[in-house]
Amino acid sequence: MILILLIGILLLGGILAAISGRWSSNLPRWISLAAIAVDLVLSGRIWAARSLSASNAWYHEVDWNWVPNFGIHFHLAVDGLSFLMLILTFFLGIVAVLCSWTEIRDKIGFFHFNLMWVLAGIVSVFLAMDLFLFYFAWELMLVPMYFLIVIWGHERRVYAGTKFFLFTQCSGLLMLIAILALYFLHHQATGVYTFEYSELLGTTLSRGAELAIMLGFFVAFAVKLPVVPLHTWLPDAHTEAPTAGSVILAGLLLKTGGYGLLRFVIPLFPHAAHEFTAVALALAVIGIIYGAVMAYSQTDLKRLVAYTSVSHLGFVLLGIFSWNPLALQGAIMTMICHGLSTGALFVLVGGLQERMHTRDLDRMGGLWTVMPRLSASALFFCLASLGLPGLGDFVGEFLVLLGSYKVSVALTLFATFGILASTFYALRMMQRAFFGPNTNSWRLPDVTPREGLIITAMVLGLLWLGFHPQPVLNTFAPAMHNLQHEVQMRAAAPGSQP
Amino acid sequence: MNAIDALALLPLVLLAKTAVLVMLGIAVKRSHKLTLGLTLTGLAASFLSIFAVARLVPRQVTLLLLIDRYALFYLGLIIASAAAVAVLSSQYFGKHDGQCEELYLLLVLATLGCGVLVTSVHFASFLLGLEILSVSLYGMVAYFKGRGQGLEAGIKYLILASASAAFLLFGLALIYADTGSMAFSSVANLSVGKANLALLLPGIALTVTGIGFKLGVVPFHLWTPDVYQGAPAPVSAFIATTSKTAVVALLLRYLEAGTQQSKAVFLLFAVIAVASMCAGNLLALRQNNVKRVLAYSSIAHFGYILVGFLAASTMATGAVAFYLVAYTVTLLTAFGIVSVLSTSEADAADLEDYRGLFWRRPVLASVFAAALLSLAGIPATIGFVGKFYILASGANAAVWPLILVLVLTSVIGLFYYLRIVVTLFSTLPEPQSSTQKLEWGSAFVLGGLALLLIWLGVYPAPLLNLIRATISGLN
Repeated sequence: MILILLIGILLLGGILAAISGRWSSNLPRWISLAAIAVDLVLSGRIWAARSLSASNAWYHEVDWNWVPNFGIHFHLAVDGLSFLMLILTFFLGIVAVLCSWTEIRDKIGFFHFNLMWVLAGIVSVFLAMDLFLFYFAWELMLVPMYFLIVIWGHERRVYAGTKFFLFTQCSGLLMLIAILALYFLHHQATGVYTFEYSELLGTTLSRGAELAIMLGFFVAFAVKLPVVPLHTWLPDAHTEAPTAGSVILAGLLLKTGGYGLLRFVIPLFPHAAHEFTAVALALAVIGIIYGAVMAYSQTDLKRLVAYTSVSHLGFVLLGIFSWNPLALQGAIMTMICHGLSTGALFVLVGGLQERMHTRDLDRMGGLWTVMPRLSASALFFCLASLGLPGLGDFVGEFLVLLGSYKVSVALTLFATFGILASTFYALRMMQRAFFGPNTNSWRLPDVTPREGLIITAMVLGLLWLGFHPQPVLNTFAPAMHNLQHEVQMRAAAPGSQP
Repeated sequence: MNAIDALALLPLVLLAKTAVLVMLGIAVKRSHKLTLGLTLTGLAASFLSIFAVARLVPRQVTLLLLIDRYALFYLGLIIASAAAVAVLSSQYFGKHDGQCEELYLLLVLATLGCGVLVTSVHFASFLLGLEILSVSLYGMVAYFKGRGQGLEAGIKYLILASASAAFLLFGLALIYADTGSMAFSSVANLSVGKANLALLLPGIALTVTGIGFKLGVVPFHLWTPDVYQGAPAPVSAFIATTSKTAVVALLLRYLEAGTQQSKAVFLLFAVIAVASMCAGNLLALRQNNVKRVLAYSSIAHFGYILVGFLAASTMATGAVAFYLVAYTVTLLTAFGIVSVLSTSEADAADLEDYRGLFWRRPVLASVFAAALLSLAGIPATIGFVGKFYILASGANAAVWPLILVLVLTSVIGLFYYLRIVVTLFSTLPEPQSSTQKLEWGSAFVLGGLALLLIWLGVYPAPLLNLIRATISGLN
């Protein structure tokens, strides 16, 4: 029940925010904050009440009949992996509300409605254990995100929003076909119509079918992650979205792609994924280097940060398809830390844009003397992003590289160059924006208390993840063990290969 | 024909009586409210009689009509949508000065034609139903004599519909010459091999021309955008939903066997389906007129429905039925919004009329956006479940190329739906005051439709159960 509450509170909060927007501009903000805070408390209760037996990685479950004619269940469940993603979602949700406090002055009620509903969609994606429900939530989170971009975005918002929607919808429909194919093949093999994740796990597929269906899923997640060459929506969408939208896009929506690969692609199709490993790893490394090079050559600050996402999420793909404990732990760590560090960078860029009304690096310079505190925090998050030891991102990327080293030395070597390149773009950004002479004679207010609160929380989070990542890794361990166990069993199962 | 047979015909008989009553009513006293009341009462009585008749079926009444659960299901859908159109018309035509009572008469007659179509199992009743429908539609399309576009649309529809009816008649004659039977079951001879295919196949092709014209599928679609644009908005809604639903129901009865038994027929429909999906979605891309967009979108949607038709299984029949309900609900909602926003001078068809509608009329705009997203097949709307059902039945029948075309073209389709949605939410250059009041009747209908659109999109099980029960009676 508590899982349904998590989603329900967000949905209800959104509706209340929309209605209250008629009377007051601050009421929707407080309602949204309260709704997310309640969810955070509820997830604390899930954590406290989890069963600690080794055999059961699931903390909590809800399973209702939804559309019995098709064997569709309303099945939500949370394990360590989902739990970490939930916490990240709520944390960044609060950040998103706070960072748009002064940025959004127009249609505030409807803005928070969309914000709450996109969070509800994301939470459902992380919890869904029925493939139909998963697809349902997957598509549903698009619509409010689309509105966030096209209504409150910057200059080319309609173009960016439409591109985002079309890319995700097209790949999503391919996934729907793949889900349906799996559903009918499962029925042929067992005589049971079901979309249930745990039952579909055991489906025996021919080699060709497995590969084709796996690709259907992979494309959907690859667009979200994003994997080069399916990434072209990302720089546009991130750049044009309002700050809260960028934070949610980079911090959460991209993670749903990684989550999908971890939860669905590899456990459901271990053989096909194994065959596909070489391609996926190569794509990952291409993404890492391509993202870094593109980031280096941007003059739009927001676009620069967007391209760093392409690079960082390449590590996630690398870790997931290396599929050993080290690499998987690294992938999860990277997902979480990227959410914090890139989210924080978007908040800072949003803050700059709000003050300067530009994102152009050429018009900046010398901002350190004007806004020392904001600049120092930018330096901190840039260092986190380039992988400074002691901060979260380093742990994630280091673990991924350790894991992928066992799979392919050559690719790991190239991926390491990606880290090197990240130093270039991060330092270039610092140098162009914050150091040097203040040629444009900017006079700008420094960090407000509200921004200070966001920045402090994110700094502490990154430091904690950097120095003491073990609790996070422990949380994820039983879930990861389960996933790996499933894959090993299936790989060893006789008769599954032709 | 005995008493029970006569009773089984009750829904159709009541429709016919309603038409007579409405005509007499107009003759006695010309009153918009009275006519509307008579129409709605008649439609409601006919709708309720379906439940009474449901216990008597299946029953073949003469050679011409077969009343079974399948027919009753579609009858219900047709009558309900006709009633919705009647209510929407009352606000739309109430704004105009001219006499609008005859529209209801034509509406009831057209509904009767649709009813005959869904129950017919014989060429004679097929043709009769089709002509009752078409002749009433001519009048409805060109109802505003003063509007040039309306007249143009009416004449276009008249000429093309008559031509297609001629094709149809010729096709039916060929089939009769070949098989010596005018029952739909004669088409099943395709498989047995005793028929002379040289006559039968051209016969089927020609009848498909007639049916394709009514459905507005490519290459018989040319009339669709002009007629949708020129006709009054509620009439466009009727053409798009009620009349097409009836023809699809007929098509399933008439040719479902044919697609399974003849490669040529399958191929014919596959080409039509692919062409409709592609052309409908591509041509809609550059339209700035909402009614024309909806017209092209309906071409594409009937392409999707044909995919379900080609999948040809019990599941697919259910999928088509569900899709038709979804499509009817969605399109009635969309056209309902268009007719509510229309003024007495012109329909609210230009995209610019909708700019920033959300900030002026949040509820109307939200409902319209929901309808557009339903047409695009986004989850939590009935359109999504319909598309899912069609895709599932296609995957079940392994018609992969068709499914792939469906998916790719519906992504193209998404683009123009989003364009309208963006317009709804974009900011107005200067605030306008809107004068169109929402009458309680239209509000009730639109509210009900919107509720169905979301409710069945989130929890489709009741409708699925109903459809399952319906199909189990079809054999």
